[in-house]
Amino acid sequence: MRIKNEKDFWAGWMFLVAGIAFAWGAAENYNFGSSARPGPAYFPFGLGSLMAILGAFIILTSVTLQPDGDESIGPWPFRPAVTILGAVTAFGFAIPHIGMAIALPLLIGIGSLASGEFRVKEVIANSVVLTVSSWAIFIKGLGLIIPLWPDFLG
Amino acid sequence: MDLFNNLAMGFGVALSFQNLLYCLAGVFLGTLIGVLPGLGPVATIAMLLPSIYALEPTPALIMLAGIYYGSQYGGSTTAILINVPGESASVVTAIDGYAMARKGRAGPALAAAGLGSFFAGSVATLVVAAFAPPLTELAFKFGPAEYFSLMVLGLIGAVVLASGSLVKAVAMILLGLLLGQINTDVISGVPRYSFDIPELTDGINFVAIAMGVFGFGEIIMNLGRPAEDRVVFTKDVKGLWPTKQDFKDAFPAVLRGTALGSILGVLPGGGALLSSFAAYTLEKKSKGRPGEVPFGQGNIRGVAGPESANNAGAQTSFIPMLTLGIPPNAVMALMVGAMTIKGIQPGPQVMTSNPELFWGLIASMWVGNLMLIVLNLPLIGIWIKLLTVPYRFLFPAILSFCCIGLYTLNNNNFDVFMAVLFGVIGIIFYKLGCEPAPLLLGFILGPMMEENLRRALLLSRGDWTTFVTRPLSSALLIAALLMIVVVMLPAIRKQRNAAFKDAD
Repeated sequence: MRIKNEKDFWAGWMFLVAGIAFAWGAAENYNFGSSARPGPAYFPFGLGSLMAILGAFIILTSVTLQPDGDESIGPWPFRPAVTILGAVTAFGFAIPHIGMAIALPLLIGIGSLASGEFRVKEVIANSVVLTVSSWAIFIKGLGLIIPLWPDFLG
Repeated sequence: MDLFNNLAMGFGVALSFQNLLYCLAGVFLGTLIGVLPGLGPVATIAMLLPSIYALEPTPALIMLAGIYYGSQYGGSTTAILINVPGESASVVTAIDGYAMARKGRAGPALAAAGLGSFFAGSVATLVVAAFAPPLTELAFKFGPAEYFSLMVLGLIGAVVLASGSLVKAVAMILLGLLLGQINTDVISGVPRYSFDIPELTDGINFVAIAMGVFGFGEIIMNLGRPAEDRVVFTKDVKGLWPTKQDFKDAFPAVLRGTALGSILGVLPGGGALLSSFAAYTLEKKSKGRPGEVPFGQGNIRGVAGPESANNAGAQTSFIPMLTLGIPPNAVMALMVGAMTIKGIQPGPQVMTSNPELFWGLIASMWVGNLMLIVLNLPLIGIWIKLLTVPYRFLFPAILSFCCIGLYTLNNNNFDVFMAVLFGVIGIIFYKLGCEPAPLLLGFILGPMMEENLRRALLLSRGDWTTFVTRPLSSALLIAALLMIVVVMLPAIRKQRNAAFKDAD
């Protein structure tokens, strides 16, 4: 057996596993009820089972049908993924405690590493402009409540 | 005439100083973000959601609608000038629009797109105003069974008319519906799939999904691609005004595009994207004057038709959302989400319980279109400058707005972390060729669909045949079935693939 459509093969597994997980989770933990009185497990169990069946079908076609074009997955964008999502995570941890004035430059600084061209001066300028304008738009202009400075300062 | 009274009231609301200001802010921000290559309306709206948190419902929706058609307009500018469609609905505009720009006719192309869209928008506003009330009447006759069947039809329609693998798209809908099941069951009060995380008992926030998948996911995929050469063809556009011959050529195309877009926009799964593709195909098939420029080499009809159609379609897709509370596409799903944030339950009752919001929104569509003409044609120079800003300055700005928006949603960093998770999931979707828009649609419709299914079954005492014995419900289900059958037919299947390939 050879995988003819790599994208579909793994997508099929994703749907199959997620479908089983949802259906099993529903059946295990919640009351199924009856058709006349459907319980909380009724709908998710049905959906999960259906999705698992579709997943199995997609896997099956991915090893039998030859796709028209190139359906290989290709390289994963590890570097931008780790830097961008890492930057957002750092922002998430930082914002409630040390405030936007530091969390945003942190986000922009780490995030900018994702592009091939990291220039310190540009990133600093970008951070200043974006932090000041975010303060002006969101805190001053729209009146949203966002911590601006670290806890210990204020 | 009721229609005119209603519209008059709507204009009264839309023309108030405050609402004019928000409408202008919306179309301006929408154009600003929409012009950036690779950012579609879904990402744009998701990104700009925080700007409406503090607003009243009416200005909030007026502004969001403005952002929507602003981003649409911005997308066409990008398509014409640099051949990188900002959003999928302008993919076909890029074909002839960019060819025109290369021949030094960027001005007439932009003007054709702008004026065509304005005309289409004006007609579509009237269509919305005329058809919304009767549909609302009809919606009041719907019971839970009909609603359930209607949602099935809507979801099936959304995938049948989209590009790519049908089975995968259906699976994505199911995944979306399942993600919508992570909540507290409304009937029994049992928290589901929450893993004892208190934030999850309220359900995943749709903003976290939209920003994670469409915002972060897209930034990462853009950065992962080798940098493309972005050539802005026209540093300054001269001779904006089309020639007399251009007008003669473009006008019938605008009419056809407007008609087609107005109809297709209402269909489930329709809206801007489908309308522009269909209009381009129609223009290619219909006969032009002898000796006109061939399609693909800068035919003005290839710009005017699709652009009118996508604007008309964008507006009439508000009809099912406003009257039935059922979003026909991912953008409208976001609108439904935004209405819910503002405490308005979308559905037929909106027109009677919030007439000012309803008619004000419709009237603002016309006002917004007028503003867009002013904003886009004389001020085109500003947008062109924006196109030359390198991506390394743009994506940190997008990141910042997304992060602030996520945090301020509930003043809780949980949503930020959820979006990171969905960013990862989004990359997986892109790499595995799974179109994420149906997932968002399923996610928004999930809770509504479950509630209606369970209520229908309760009423019928567990008899599933209730969905086919009630005439309206069975008609809707048959329509859904027909759609699947038709798309599966080999001849149509080939054409469908060809139609979407045309654009690449």
